[in-house]
Formats: sequence, structure tokens, C-alpha cells
Amino acid sequence: MHPAYSVIVFTTASGAGYGLLALLALLTVLGVEPQARWFMPVSLALALALVTTGLLSSTFHLGRPERAWRAFSQWRSSWLSREGVLAVVTFAPAGLLFLASVFGYGSAGILAALGVATIGLAAATVYSTAMIYASLTTIRTWHNAWVAPNYLMLALASGSVLLMCLWSLFGAAPDLLATGAIAALAVAGGFKIAYWRAVDGEEKTRTVEAATGLGEFGAVRPIDPPHTSANYIMKEMGYHVARRHAAKLRRIALLLAFALPALAILLAMNSAGPLAAALSVAAVASCAAGLVVERWLFFAQARHVVMLYYGDKVA
Amino acid sequence: MTSLPDTSGAGQKKLGLVIDLDVCVGCHACAVSCKEWNTGGYSAPLSDERPYGDEPMGAWLNRVHSYQADDGGRTQTVHFPRSCLHCEEPACVTVCPTGASYKRVEDGIVLVNPETCIGCKLCSWACPYGAREYDYDHGVMKKCTLCVDRIYNDNLAPEDQVPACVRACPTSARHFGDLGDPQSDVSKLVAEREGYDLLPEMGYKPVNKYLPPRKRRDDRLEADASRVEEPLAGDGSALERLFAWADAKLSG
Repeated sequence: MHPAYSVIVFTTASGAGYGLLALLALLTVLGVEPQARWFMPVSLALALALVTTGLLSSTFHLGRPERAWRAFSQWRSSWLSREGVLAVVTFAPAGLLFLASVFGYGSAGILAALGVATIGLAAATVYSTAMIYASLTTIRTWHNAWVAPNYLMLALASGSVLLMCLWSLFGAAPDLLATGAIAALAVAGGFKIAYWRAVDGEEKTRTVEAATGLGEFGAVRPIDPPHTSANYIMKEMGYHVARRHAAKLRRIALLLAFALPALAILLAMNSAGPLAAALSVAAVASCAAGLVVERWLFFAQARHVVMLYYGDKVA
Repeated sequence: MTSLPDTSGAGQKKLGLVIDLDVCVGCHACAVSCKEWNTGGYSAPLSDERPYGDEPMGAWLNRVHSYQADDGGRTQTVHFPRSCLHCEEPACVTVCPTGASYKRVEDGIVLVNPETCIGCKLCSWACPYGAREYDYDHGVMKKCTLCVDRIYNDNLAPEDQVPACVRACPTSARHFGDLGDPQSDVSKLVAEREGYDLLPEMGYKPVNKYLPPRKRRDDRLEADASRVEEPLAGDGSALERLFAWADAKLSG
């Protein structure tokens, strides 16, 4: 599948934003946060900015962005519509949490309610994003039980790396947070490996013979193309990264998205002051780069069943 | 509304095409006629990019592939037109976030409303048959309309009230009708010729059916020893021996 850069930015940025948002809401529910007065407003603003950037970016690949509002109407059947609705609804409790943090509003009960709502809606939004892909039976590597857990864990892991960074910038981050971030990275990396093993091991059962119905006449191969140069279908669904590059890129993704951030956070745990903050910032940078590679691969490795008509033997 | 209408009832009209792979000669007249009609019809425009350039590209609603089936002994060429199958379970409709993509209750035709499509392309991802092509210039998705602007159009002569591809086919490889009615000509044709679905295991329940090529009689020529011509016997002349010598030298 053609990796639309706006969609890569959208899914990685909004994933990290929702992860951070949910964790900040969790801190609010638990009543735990750093002493710094502006930690919560700045962090919530960053999370909302990431989410908003992602959502705006997702409209860039539309042919008719001015009609994007129509996408809120078909939530009964469409995961894309559900994602849009949930994303907008999430702004309500999350925005109120932000305002409460700015003005120092302190009713624990209301804050907890807003926090719980934010956590639930953020998770539901990320789940909907994943289901846009996971619901497509036409793309084997997306129609996989690991896709939704992957998106949720990647959001949580990247959100926790961001939280670790922000907390370090406002003061010494607690060891529990650093440990939690490392654990989230480990689980997310494990899920990613499990996903890759699952899609690599899956048997490709759809054939060009079934696609054309000509199997009884023998092995089928295209002899004349239907058009002389690539059409939309071939450009959109035919994009595919070479297998040897994919293996290398997977290792790069694992290193940048999970291993290096975990190492940087481990080192930050054992250092203090500006060094700890610098290491936490480095963890964010590495994780972001790794997730972009991971998301690019998610698209570039996906093969669409329609390519059976254009020369693929199996799908 | 992109939730699917209930079309399971008896007597439900299911308009569609039956494509006879036995007689299709791969002339592309259906594809060209489709493009010609639809660039001025419901889906207008069907934009082209660089139509006279090195790599022309454009939105077409019908494509004609040519395949070779090889059973190890003999090969067979099959021309294979591919367009929207107007599925009974079209995921292209249910994934649409705006309601622009819909399946008509009255006849089962799957359409895109070009006024409300946002061009997110998700419907084309959901289609296993590559039936939808994005119009880069118009910014919306295009697909076969089953010539909804011809088949009910009383301003046209009765023989023209069929999809443009059906009207254009010079070998009558394309048939149009109600596949929901077991007594219709197309349904009888499908029953008689064992018409089939493409990728049935994917569960989209295509309405359009394909008729397989008829079995060919095995007309390969057996090697016939009596037909092999013997070389003419030589007369042993000096000239002939010179040529034989030259032939041997040159062949060495």
C-alpha cells in the first residue's frame, strides 16, 4: 500500500498524543503530579497539540478536505467515521482538564470524572484508528488480531516516553514512571515482533486462479496489461518495499522506537539534573523516528488482494 | 447512509452484468465506450492526467486484462474485463465515513455521490476487485454506475437503455439484467453456463457473474511420420560434392 506521509504523521502523532493524554488523565485521577505549577497545563497542551496536528494532517490526504465534516455522519458502519466522532468528543473532557489545570481548579471528584472520561475516550479513539486498518479483509497484513493491540501499546509507550521527558524537564522524574515507561516500551516492542511473526507466518491462500476463476484451465498469468502505464490501483495498492529492505528497516524500527529510548530512560533514571532531562529528550526523538519507520513499514509491507489481477501469484 | 439496506427479501432486484469469457475477444470496446459515456454522464468528469504524455493515466471504470492459463500441455488466452461487481455485501459502502458511497435499495446498484465524497480513498482499499478508481483532478472516487443514467432513461431508444459497455460489445460477451430474478435471461444464462463469482471466499457476494470459457476440443496435431519429407537424394555431381565439402567445413 502506498504510504501517504500525512497518514503516517497522523497515526504516529495522534497516537503519542492520546497516549500522553490518557497518562496525564491517569495522574489527575490518582492525584499524583509534580510540584511544578505549569507541568500539567504545558503537558496537556502538548498532548492536545499532537492530537490536533495529527487530525489536521489526516485531512491533507483527502481529495476534498473542505467536506471533511461529513465524515462524522456514518459512525454506525464506518470505523473512520467512529474515529472522527470519538476524536472530537475526546476534546471535551480533555479540554476541560486543560482549563482546570490552567486555572488551578481543584474539585477532586470532577477532575477524576473528567480524567476517567479522557482515558476511556483516548483509548477508544486509538482503537478506532487501528480498526480502520484491521477491518479491511482485502489486506492480509492489516486484517490481523495484533493490529489493534499494536496501535494501543504503541500509543501508550510513546505517550509514556513523552511523559517521562516532560516530567524530567520540570524536575526529577520518579523511578516508578521511568520503570513504567521502560516496561511499556518492552511490551510494545514485543507486540510489534509478535505482529511481524504473525503476518510472516500466515499462509497466503488467495490466488490469481481464484481471482479470475480460471484455475480449471491451468496456472494463470497475465500476458497483456489492461493499460499501458500505471493506474490509480497500481499506484495506491501496488506500492511494496523489497523484502530485504523490510528486514533491515524492521531492525532499525525496533532499535529506534524501543531499544534506544528504553536505554536512554534507564540511564536517565541513574543520572540527575540536565543530563537526565537531555537523555529523556533523546528518548523522545529516537522513539519518534522509530515510530515513523514502523508506521511507514506498516503501509509499505501491506499487499492488497487486488494485485492478484496485476501479476501477484498469491495474496 | 452507508449501512447496507436489507436486500435479502424475495423478489429483490439485483441488476448486474454477466460476462462471457468464452466470447470476449479483448477488443476493449466496452472500456472505451464506458469511458466515453461516463465522462459526460453521472460520474462526469472522468479526468485524465497527461493524456498525451509519456505515462498517461486516468480514471476508467472498466479494464480489460488478458491472461494465459497453462495446464502444462496447452495454453489458453482469456480476455478478462473487470469492473464493479455491485456486491451484495460491499465493504466499500460500509467503510465510507460520509455516506457518499451507497447501495440502492431498489436495484442494488452501488454508487458514489460525487457531491459528498471527501476523497479519502478508503472504499478503494476495501474493494478486492479494484473496481474503484480515484479521480485526482476531481478529488473524488469514481466507479461503475451500471449506467444508471442510461438504463432508466426513456429519452433513449429501448435498445440503448442498457449499460454502454453492453451496447458496445461487438461479440455479445456482456449481458445486462436482473440477477435477482431466477427467470431472467441473465439468470438462465448463468445457470446454463455455470457462471461463477470472483473470489467467493472473501464473502462480498458479487452480483455480476462470469461465464467460463467453453472446454476446447484437444486439437493438437499428432506427429505424423508419413508427413515428414525426406531430403532429395543427390546425383553425386562434382558441384554437389563441393557444396557438401563447404557445408562440412563451415559447420565445423
